Amino acid sequence: MSSYFAELFQYDFMRRAFVAILIITPLLGTLGTMIVHKKMAYFSDALGHSALTGIAIGVICGIKDTSLSMVIFAVVFAFLLNQINRKNLAATDTIISVFASCSTAIGLAILSRGGNFSKYSAILVGDILSITNREILYLFLIFVITMVFWCFALNRLNAISIHLSLAKSRNISVRLVEDIFAMIIALIVTLSIKWIGILLINALLILPAASSRNISSNMREYHKYAILFSMFSGVIGLVVSYFTNVATGPMIVIVASMIYFATYLYGKRSR
Amino acid sequence: MRKIIKPCGFHCIKMKDLGVSFGDQVVLEHINLHIHCGSLTAIIGRNGAGKSTLVKAILDDIPHQGTIEFKNTEDGRMKKLKIGYVPQTLNLEANAPMDVYDLIASYCYRYPVFLRKKKIYEEIREALQVFDAEDLIDRQVGKLSGGELQRVLLSMAVMDNPDLLLLDEPVSGIDKNGMDLFFEKMDYLRKNFDMSIVLISHDLDYVARFADKVVLIDKTVLADGTPKKVYESDAFHQVFGGVSYE
Repeated sequence: MSSYFAELFQYDFMRRAFVAILIITPLLGTLGTMIVHKKMAYFSDALGHSALTGIAIGVICGIKDTSLSMVIFAVVFAFLLNQINRKNLAATDTIISVFASCSTAIGLAILSRGGNFSKYSAILVGDILSITNREILYLFLIFVITMVFWCFALNRLNAISIHLSLAKSRNISVRLVEDIFAMIIALIVTLSIKWIGILLINALLILPAASSRNISSNMREYHKYAILFSMFSGVIGLVVSYFTNVATGPMIVIVASMIYFATYLYGKRSR
Repeated sequence: MRKIIKPCGFHCIKMKDLGVSFGDQVVLEHINLHIHCGSLTAIIGRNGAGKSTLVKAILDDIPHQGTIEFKNTEDGRMKKLKIGYVPQTLNLEANAPMDVYDLIASYCYRYPVFLRKKKIYEEIREALQVFDAEDLIDRQVGKLSGGELQRVLLSMAVMDNPDLLLLDEPVSGIDKNGMDLFFEKMDYLRKNFDMSIVLISHDLDYVARFADKVVLIDKTVLADGTPKKVYESDAFHQVFGGVSYE
């Protein structure tokens, strides 16, 4: 058994992937708690899809590093969605769907011009094994920023989601907190896409928190289990994907889904 | 909240020409109200009369015309009005992972709720004692009964000594026994703390028994004054038909 693991870690790319997983999964798990709590699953999904448009814009403008255009576009997109949402013109899910489909279509249209889309198909499933040391450093920085934000904003986000007017009556700056939260989601989603993939990033945000919700009765348990499930799925997914020769992203999501069903059954029985 | 302050009688809240409109639709206009500390004011009116909108305007939650002043009539100085608000319901599913500690700590403390601090826990427990709700502190909020949730929300609202306690139909889904307890508690609060209470209520009987002042609204103030005066007014009979009260 130990020789198996020795084999696993003899490659640099596996070691880097392992470290990356240990940073990304608690991050996604933590963010997921409030995304699920605030019923923003659609929102983060739309942000993931907007990445395509971000890349397309980068390609058109001739930017070499399309990650940059992707991040900028996603942040602007998140901000815009928040603004439109506040106007209360139509149901949130409808608005988000409209904008997400529109932006995905524009992205696909531009990227597929001249039959070249296969060049970008890697972005759909991602590849954690390709992560570089510098990228791990960036991830770590975002991790620190998010944790600071979390300590500062969790109570406020929770208060806003429970009752908006009550939060306002307590002098909570709803707009500011919500906007920063949306931008952090945008930042993390787009930066993780390269390694997790557009199709699966939302699953990793939502599944651990949703699983934790099945069995938690307060905020401490909710956070603890979400982070635990997220890290567990990440590590197990990586190891299994190595030995079965399957892409890592999907394997992680399969493990996370299994945890969801297990907690669902457990939660149903014990409540 | 522990120290009990007698109402001083010098503070008052003045609403001058309050109005709210959404687009072309005027929901409230020319609302003029005067609320003294230590008084219980009940706002009554038919469904859709603008009662909840008035609450939102007082909270500054929606754009409105007119002004709300909080004055010390003794020296005429203005203060910032601190409002303790008790909403009708919360936006929570039954299995939401949140207990009463999380709920109150989220609104009243900065220390993040994914950690727990003994000192804050004790403070919250103490605050809950005012409404005999200290045993609920570890209970999941979504699973509390209507009456239990109300006591928790009330404890939270009076926790940092507000000048105005604002309640939006706080007694929906509560039995008669609970209603009695609730109004007795309101009576106790206004007599022993330096705060005014404004509540929206559907229960005209209880309002008649406990309120100092009743305001009947339908887009604007139709009648205000003592319960007796309002209940005998023509406007009251037009809105509520042939109901009569002693």
